[in-house]
Parts: sequence; structure tokens; C-alpha cells
Amino acid sequence: MKLLRDTWLIFQRQMLLVVRTPIRLVIGFAQPIAYLLLFAPLLKSAIGAQTYAEAYRVYVPGLLVIMVLLGGAFTGFGLMAELAAGVIERSRVTPVSRFALLLGRVMSEVVALLGQALLITLLAIPFGLTVNLGDVVLAYIMLILMGIFAASVSYGVALKIRSPAALGPIINTISQPLALLSGVLLPLALAPGWLRAIANWNPFYWATNGTRALFTEHPGDPSVWEGTLILIVLAVLAVVWSTRLFARRVR
Amino acid sequence: MIETKGLRKSFQVGKGRKASTVEAVRGVDLKVGDGEIFGFLGPNGAGKTTTLRMLTTLLEPDGGEATIAGADLRTKPHDVRQLSGYVAQGGGTVDDATGREELVLQARMYGIDKAEAQKRAAALLESFQLTEFADRRCRTYSGGQRRRVDIALGVIHRPKVLFLDEPTVGLDPQSRARMWEEVRRLRHEGMTVFITTHYLDEADALCDRIAIIDNGEIVAEGTPDDLKREIAGDVVRVGLNGSTPTAVELLSGRPFVRKLEVEEDKGLRLYVDDGATAIPQILRALDGEGIAFGGMELTKPSLDDVFLTKTGRSLRER
Repeated sequence: MKLLRDTWLIFQRQMLLVVRTPIRLVIGFAQPIAYLLLFAPLLKSAIGAQTYAEAYRVYVPGLLVIMVLLGGAFTGFGLMAELAAGVIERSRVTPVSRFALLLGRVMSEVVALLGQALLITLLAIPFGLTVNLGDVVLAYIMLILMGIFAASVSYGVALKIRSPAALGPIINTISQPLALLSGVLLPLALAPGWLRAIANWNPFYWATNGTRALFTEHPGDPSVWEGTLILIVLAVLAVVWSTRLFARRVR
Repeated sequence: MIETKGLRKSFQVGKGRKASTVEAVRGVDLKVGDGEIFGFLGPNGAGKTTTLRMLTTLLEPDGGEATIAGADLRTKPHDVRQLSGYVAQGGGTVDDATGREELVLQARMYGIDKAEAQKRAAALLESFQLTEFADRRCRTYSGGQRRRVDIALGVIHRPKVLFLDEPTVGLDPQSRARMWEEVRRLRHEGMTVFITTHYLDEADALCDRIAIIDNGEIVAEGTPDDLKREIAGDVVRVGLNGSTPTAVELLSGRPFVRKLEVEEDKGLRLYVDDGATAIPQILRALDGEGIAFGGMELTKPSLDDVFLTKTGRSLRER
């Protein structure tokens, strides 16, 4: 009970701050829209799609995945700023739940990212993206899990290194290959065999395939439950890891 | 109200072969009475903040024990958090939240329900004279206003003990005086206040008792007056333009000089039993050797002199 109450408390506060810094939202929206408008035509000819609708079905789910993963991965910067400003310390001298301090923040980031995802999905519809509502809800659940994973890992890394200058390169180094090897921008069907063999070891390759299957109206594809299962495990591990890090410095 | 015994903390610095251990706090014993304003005085890096962070459950001690308002730090950290408030040196307000929002949130993090949190926030804003700015974002506040919000955040749950880390650093003289008033008011309301500072005048003017920490150890403890009285006698300051070594040689052997310190800004500090008889003798000695001096001043020992005698260094020079 206390955990829920405290998480809600922190979540509300963080959402308030998201709303109050509109510049964050503007940038968060502008980037994926630019990708949507500029990259999709390129992709259409690259994969030899007949129509834009076909290209968007491949591209939109990939774009959503990369946006949630990268967006989540950079949330550690926010935590670092809060650590520097003493906000975390001020919370830690109260008996507020330590788990809630983390989870409330993670959830507010996830909600902000979902808002962006929703906007992209809606924008793609006039371009010919057709979706089944039930499938999209399931795809969003996968995105939520990805967001929880990415934000928790980012918080964990931010707590471990404590230097804003190092955080950016570290996140890029980890996330760029992961993103490329999950076929988020270009489907790995285009890749040579050895590259696909490596991608098979990338959990986000599975997750992206699952999301993509849902957007192409194949909810029965095994990649859906495989991807979801992998994401649940990853999200739980990430939350446990970063809560423990948080708690160790906190008690 | 606060009692510590042998509180210790060391940190690992560096990694691998270069790793070394820094003993930040090496066995601190303190006793702070109910309703006292207790000053914790020391230069930067002496262990003040580390001690404070241990007492507020932010840092786990390596050894020793402490009770705060009757709650054991090791076994009842939760109670310690409820019974004490802490205001960090840098505060902890968020630029884009208003003072009122911050107070309500802080109260709620202490488990207080929403209606009561709002009531307490309003009352505190009033008593800290912040009502006028309560619904503006914190980024618009002046340094002094922000500091007052910080303190209000620290007392919203009505703690028995309030820990303040360097509460007046970076404030203009007016805001500083204001802050002292607030601290006295809180004490008047029955709170025990534990302040770290490296300002001597602050410790002198505000605190009932002080402890001086240096290199992680308590080197002196008592009321400011007691500590000053410990250094019996007077202090004579002699301003010199050069020829300091000769003057040191000349004066250090004299029977009336109990202790002699060279000040960095070219002068001497002589601790003597009686200034009135010492000054003519100093004059004669310097004159006899033809040493020119810029001025001579007779003062009572200050807390800085206490600090100097206890640690061999002046706090003022840092």
C-alpha cells in the first residue's frame, strides 16, 4: 500500500515537471516526426515496397522501438541533474519507499515516451498505416516493458558512474549497436547471414520482431510471445538491479 | 538529544593498485542536549558533512553508535528519519516546482495525508514569510528565499532535531542575519538544532555549544566562552613590514610570550598572560633592534585563536 501510494506521489510530481518543461516534449516529438517524414520514403525504395502503407508497417514499429529504447536510455541524465540538485538526497532523508523513488520516476518517463509513440502512430495513419486496435495495445505493452527496461538501466548506469560527461558516450556505445542489430530502422531480412546470426543473440531483435508482427496483423506469430517474455524478464532484471543500486547508496 | 560514540567512516579513493583509504571521520563522540543550538565547526574536508550524513541515515557508519531523539541510528533508521530533519548545503528544491508544491510533496513523503500536508505547508510559508512567493516557481526565488524554503522543508514533519549543513554559505549579510533569527525561532519552539559551519562569527553568535572537528577528530568541545577562556590571557598582534624572522627570533624566547604564531599576511600573533605589561616589553625589544612595525593591537582570544591552538592552523586563512 505504502509502495503504491509513494510511487503515485513521485509519479505525479515527475509528470508535473514533464508538463512544465515543454521544450523536452517539443524535441521529443520533433525528432521522430522528422524520421517519419524523411526516412520512410527512403525505406520504401530500399525494401522495394509497393506502397507507403507497406513501408510504414515495417518502419513505424521499428521507429517506436528505437524511440522508446533511446529515449529511455537517456533518462539517466535527468537523474544526474536531480542528484546534483540535492532532490534525491532530500527524498532520502524521509521514510519514503526507496523502490517508489525509482519506480515513480521510471513510470513518468515511460508515460512521456508512450505519448510520443501514440503521436507517431496517429500521424502514420494518414500515410496509409492500418492497424488493429487490439494488436496495437499489445504492441504498446511491449513498448512499456522496453521503456521500463531502458530507463531503469539508464538510472543504474547514472548511479554507478556519476559523471554526466561519461554518460552520453556510454549510452551511445551500448544502444547504437543494440538498435542496429535489432533491425529497428532496416529489417534484418536485408542483412547477410552472419549479421542475422549475431542479431539472434540480441533480445531486442526478438522484441522488435514481435512488435512488427503486431503491426502487420500477425498477433499469432511466435515472435510476439517470445518477445514479450524476453522483455518481461529484462524489465524485471533491470528494475531489480537499479533499485538495489539505488538502495545501496540510500539504505 | 543526540549522542554519538566512536562514530567512524572511511572512504576508498581510487581503484586497483592506486587505491587508498581516507579516514574521513575517526571516532566522533558527541553529546547534544535538548533544545540546544549546537555548532559543528571545522575547515572544509574536516569530516563535518560526513558526520552529518551519517547522523541523517544517508551514509552508513563503519563503526560506532549514535542515538537521535532516543532512536538508535543502526537499528531504527526509520525512526531517526521521522524524528529528525535535514537541510543539505545545496538545498534540494526543484527549479520548476513552486515553494508550496515542494512543501506539500515533502510532507507527503513523510507519510502525512494531503489535507494535513497542505495545512502545514500554508502555516510554514506564513511563519517563514514566504506566502507572497508561495505559488511562484523556485527558480524565481532569491538566494535567501530559497534557503528559507529549504529550512521549511526540513521542519515540515515537526522533527525534534534539525540538522543544517552550512546554512548561510553564499548568503548576503542581511539574509544571514535573517537565517540566524529563523534558527533561534525554531529553537524557541523547542527544536534542537545541529549546525555545521566554517564561519567563526556564526558559531560564536548563534551556538550554545560548539565542537571543533579537524581531520575527522573532535579537538575541542564546549561553549564558545569556555573555549575562549581556555586560552587564558590576551592576544597581541604585531604588524610587520618584512624582518619577520628577526622579530620571531627576538621575541620567541621571552618569558612573557606563551606562544607565538606567524600570520601569513606578515605579522605576528603573540599569546601573552597580560597584554598591558607585555606591550611595552614588545615595543622595547623591537625598537632596540631597529625593527619597524606597522601597528600593534591587543585583543581577547577569538574562536579562531581557539582553533589555532587546537589544530595549529587558522580557520580564517582557508
